[in-house]
Amino acid sequence: MALTVLRVRGLHLQVGSFRVSDVSFDVPQGEYFVLMGPTGSGKSLTARCVAGLIPVESGTITIDGRDVTHLEPRRRGVGYMPQHGALFPHLDVAGNILFPLRVRGTAAAEARAAVAPLVNMLGLGELMGRRVGTLSGGERQKAALARALASRPRLLLLDEPLSALDEPSRREIGKELRRAQRALGIATVHICHNTEEARALADRAGVIHAGRLVQTGPLDELQRQPASAAVARLLGVSARGQE
Amino acid sequence: MDHRRHIQNESPEPVGRRWHALSVVSLGLTVLLTVVILVLVAADVVYLLRRGVTAAEFWRTLSSPAVLGGIRMSLLTSTVTLLLVLCFAVPIGYALSRYRFPGRAVLNAVLDAPIVLTPVVVGLSLLAFFGSPLGGWIRTAVERGGWTLDSAIGIVLCQFLVSVPYCIRATKASFEEVDRELEHVALSLGCSPWSAFRRVTLPLARSGLVAGGVMAWARAIGVFGPLMVFVGTSPRVTVMHTAMWLELNTGNIETSLVIALVALALAGTALSLVHWLAPGRKWL
Repeated sequence: MALTVLRVRGLHLQVGSFRVSDVSFDVPQGEYFVLMGPTGSGKSLTARCVAGLIPVESGTITIDGRDVTHLEPRRRGVGYMPQHGALFPHLDVAGNILFPLRVRGTAAAEARAAVAPLVNMLGLGELMGRRVGTLSGGERQKAALARALASRPRLLLLDEPLSALDEPSRREIGKELRRAQRALGIATVHICHNTEEARALADRAGVIHAGRLVQTGPLDELQRQPASAAVARLLGVSARGQE
Repeated sequence: MDHRRHIQNESPEPVGRRWHALSVVSLGLTVLLTVVILVLVAADVVYLLRRGVTAAEFWRTLSSPAVLGGIRMSLLTSTVTLLLVLCFAVPIGYALSRYRFPGRAVLNAVLDAPIVLTPVVVGLSLLAFFGSPLGGWIRTAVERGGWTLDSAIGIVLCQFLVSVPYCIRATKASFEEVDRELEHVALSLGCSPWSAFRRVTLPLARSGLVAGGVMAWARAIGVFGPLMVFVGTSPRVTVMHTAMWLELNTGNIETSLVIALVALALAGTALSLVHWLAPGRKWL
């Protein structure tokens, strides 16, 4: 049985008048877990909470068995990639990808050598000297993915990484994501609201609705036996599980 | 259908005409005001030429101990003020752009107050403060240290209070333009909050910060009223604008105009620098 990398238990948090309540789920080593939910359901808040960017009201988050609930983001071992990639516009692609290593004091040459396999795997070699503003949407997301993976995190957290892309780029980057994740065997949480995207990527999925995680399991199981009308609606199936 | 025809047939022309007229008026007024300012500057030069002030005389006036001393004191104090202003304005601008807390609007208004007040109020308020028990205690402490307030220290104090709100506004606007998500990503990539600020926020806000600093420096070098009230006009506290005023009062209009032209050149350089460093900034 695969080792559990991320364990979230009884997570509660409040942002303004919105509450995320009692969210619990596990992500084992090497699993691609897709956390789905309609806009405003609390999925991105949950992801940001796991990344340490929003404080937890109660509950625990453990990564590799270590309680990180109240730990600073930089000490959690999480590679976080937000919706638009959030590449640093004052750095070129190389500067962005090397950033997590340079911050930790790695020498430039050593950092370049360390990210070389990743850069080759994602086909970013020719983009390394490019300014961020000159990249296409897909190239940006690949560079952001490389940056999130550069420090070899234990957990990869992708917050709607494909939603800002056009359909062909979405398919291409989706494939790249899955390929890189498999090659590195890294536990991944992918936030999205698109069933097609989840179907193409997920080993397992969870559906969050109105701040509560209502169901988790393999996607086909969720589609066969949705736990509620809200899950069925999101997955585009009838409440009894037929498309 | 009728409504659509109305829009298609009648809307574009009047709007086009209106915009055309507006462009002509606004551009015309811009040119007019520019010409007025340039004419005023040219009037200074023409006056000097008509009074027979040659280039050699211009330089001789400029290098006289009183004028040169004033310019030197202005440059020295405004540079110290600039450093002090940046030390306050960068953290305050960052805090105001990032944190929401009760009383933020009031705090903003208080910090902006010196912008809308006539600078003389700053001098008067300093006089009143240093006449109070607390101010008197600070004055004594300063004097025990071997300094006095009617010196470069007083000048810097006046310049600081007048110019710091401008820099705070500029730094706040610059930090507001930096996407917070970039800071969050930097934190997740291994940065401490300070490191994220230094490696991401500061470089992205840099041109605005530099422009804000230049603006504050230009404002500081132009401070005059509060100095007359708080530090006086003795030769050891004479800055460029005080020297200009003193020369005018003793009837030396030519010397006064020479200093005015130097002040104009410095201000012009500073403002050009601001526009070059931060073109199209909202706060300019």
